[in-house]
Amino acid sequence: MNETLQQIKGRFQEAVAVEPGLDGDVVVLADPRSSRGALLEVIGALRDQGFAVLTDLVGVDYLQYPVRQPQRFAVVYILSDLKRRQRVRLKAYVGAQDPVLPSVTHIWKAASWLERECWDQFGIRFEGHPNLKRLLNHHEFVGHPLRKDYPIRSRQPLSENDSLVDELVLRLRQKGLVLPAIEAPLVSPGARVSDHGEEAAPGSPSFGARGGAASAAVIERISALPGVLAEPEFYRDLHTELMFLNIGPSHPATHGTLRALVALDGETIVAAVGEIGYLHRGFEKSTELQTYNGVIPYTDRLNYVSAMMNNFAYCKTIEKMLGIETTERTKAIRVVIAELSRIIDHLVCIGANLVDLGALTNYWYLFNVREKAYDIFDRLTGARLTNSYGRVGGVARDFYPGCGDDILRVLKEAEKAIADVEQLISHNRILLDRLTGISTVHAEEALSRGWTGPLLRASGVEYDVRKAFPYDGYEQYDFEIPTGTVGDTYDRFFIRFYEMAQSARIIRQALAKMPAGPIFLDIKTAALPPKDDTYNNIEGLMNHFKLIFEGVKVPAGELYDSYEAANGELGFFVVADGSGKPYRNRCRPPSLLAYAAFPEIIEGHMLADAIATLGGLNIIAGELDR
Amino acid sequence: MGLETLFGNSIVTTKIDSVLNWARKNSIMPMPFGTACCAIEFMGLVSSQYDVSRFGAEIVRFSPRQSDLLMVMGTISYKQAPILRRIYDQMPEPKWVLSMGVCACSGGFYDNYCTVQGIDDIIPVDVYVAGCPPRPEGLIEAILKLQGERIGKETVLGRPEPVVSLPVASRDREGGAQETVRH
Ligand code: SF4
Repeated sequence: MNETLQQIKGRFQEAVAVEPGLDGDVVVLADPRSSRGALLEVIGALRDQGFAVLTDLVGVDYLQYPVRQPQRFAVVYILSDLKRRQRVRLKAYVGAQDPVLPSVTHIWKAASWLERECWDQFGIRFEGHPNLKRLLNHHEFVGHPLRKDYPIRSRQPLSENDSLVDELVLRLRQKGLVLPAIEAPLVSPGARVSDHGEEAAPGSPSFGARGGAASAAVIERISALPGVLAEPEFYRDLHTELMFLNIGPSHPATHGTLRALVALDGETIVAAVGEIGYLHRGFEKSTELQTYNGVIPYTDRLNYVSAMMNNFAYCKTIEKMLGIETTERTKAIRVVIAELSRIIDHLVCIGANLVDLGALTNYWYLFNVREKAYDIFDRLTGARLTNSYGRVGGVARDFYPGCGDDILRVLKEAEKAIADVEQLISHNRILLDRLTGISTVHAEEALSRGWTGPLLRASGVEYDVRKAFPYDGYEQYDFEIPTGTVGDTYDRFFIRFYEMAQSARIIRQALAKMPAGPIFLDIKTAALPPKDDTYNNIEGLMNHFKLIFEGVKVPAGELYDSYEAANGELGFFVVADGSGKPYRNRCRPPSLLAYAAFPEIIEGHMLADAIATLGGLNIIAGELDR
Repeated sequence: MGLETLFGNSIVTTKIDSVLNWARKNSIMPMPFGTACCAIEFMGLVSSQYDVSRFGAEIVRFSPRQSDLLMVMGTISYKQAPILRRIYDQMPEPKWVLSMGVCACSGGFYDNYCTVQGIDDIIPVDVYVAGCPPRPEGLIEAILKLQGERIGKETVLGRPEPVVSLPVASRDREGGAQETVRH
């Protein structure tokens, strides 16, 4: 137990227990009644000790767990200290009867959607949450699917989508933009904004044609919002009413799956709310039925623009649970492929964003390179997009002869394309005007929102999992972490150019000293045998058969592990019960917390700029909704 | 009538239907309903290497009212289903539907509480493309198949009846069965 936790233990005595975990200590609050009171205090104390970032908030249902736990549910708070590069897990047990915990939304903005998701999936309520609605499942859904007693195939069709008007009115009210006099026509009779998702009224009016008439006082307040331009007096009569506008999910700029409802004053967004879950496809529940290696194809489909990074992230987590580290050659292969994937991810982000802004040419330049990289992936893994290349303890295949040279060639072409695009856009006045000073998020706020990766770095925080918690031998490579200065859309967009340059540097170093040797560890209980053995001798075949059918037996335990994916910290929190299948598989997607912030950061800006902001966040729906 | 022989090669006579169908076939305007990974391969299809404009289908329209081919690319969840249905209804006749990838065709490996097990529960489908995701070549083949077998059967006077089907929810909920397990 380190000093910090000793202090915590000393202060809270028997209310908390500190247990050793697979990845450091775990602070446990076992008694729901006392822990309900103590939870906020313990969190406060941990925060004071430097664990100032809420990395993830995970629900677990122990109903079928082989070892009896103090209570049926637990909520695990993963807290990070970015300065000292430490993490701690705080686990609060919650009883099956009336599962309630106090909300931490007043401490971290990130908690808002994380708690909503936990409520949606497990039915654990968070007292004091301002708007505890369902997040991933639709508003007509009954029950909580990640509970162990919810049958996985119990499907619930939806008759009509949520209008979101109740949420938008709530938001307008929070900002003081709805006065009681005009509130009545906005919310239909019977529609009630409630704390708990299930009781929230679905039958709000359709938003297309109507908005509320704004009174002089409201206009006053709108004009005072930051970002709203000062206008001459005679324009004032133009603000007759707020218009509600629905954007997405079937909209070219929201990529088919993201939705926002905005209240507009002219072209300026005065309030906005977002909705996700349109691509929720049950990753966490489905993968509970798969063996550990069988989860890998599902991870491909999280961030499908850089699929192999997800593979490696998951494999790394499982390897850590097994207490093994893969071979040096595999580590180097993973680094090369991951960095190439990062480049592709950024290329797609930049290309797609520029298309949304009306600059199509760049897309062709960037996508040609992407196709060439896909040809390499195709040859190496047999698939272009969903590669399933990682394996626990190794990778599916070794590099083919000449693979390294192919990669270097593509890298050169990529650099040329990137330079061309940079020349096309970096002095383009229209583009710059649409990016600079828009939707600025300061470092403090970015941390509170749980942002990671390029978004956090754009706000000036030098946090990168590759440096903070090095893995796969990243400590051997010489590279820098680019950071932004302001944290506006411009920074979030252009930082990707710098990151690609660093990735190219890493790839060159890794290829130059690519170690020889096997790609799989020689551990029969964990890593697949070489293909030669599988096909040519009975032991190899048996070994392969057992690992595939029964799965790699991961010892019982819990672990959170993170990986620097293209969009930020991709984390997996896995609960193992000793069998070949995960008991609980939680994916911490960087995009979720990025999109949670989107509705708030576009307020006060023009509608058209919101599209650029969204592009700069690079939300990938597969990973957002899982 | 042999009237055209009077004019030499300068005039061709044909049926209005043939001209319309010929034009329709070679100027497909797809509406990409891309929700997931499959849509990323669609981006590959429309960019330079695979270049779908070679087959007359590159004018992508994001408005259903301006398109005649609905390309459903990606997993459709129950939350998404009413939207897909609405987009389909907004498209003018004649219209065709291409279902890309196993998710859209059958739910794929997402056999769970939130995923529609095949979009043909919601809208009629003309061509299914297998794969997870299908390669762009697969999509090209599907477009050629549509052009060869589906598009171009219309006549000006006798439009085929628009397909009428029940909205998702009422169909799935019939009999009060919440659990629609398919095997
Ligand atoms: S078929 Fe495969 S690639 Fe296509 S959307 Fe489904 S999971 Fe993604």
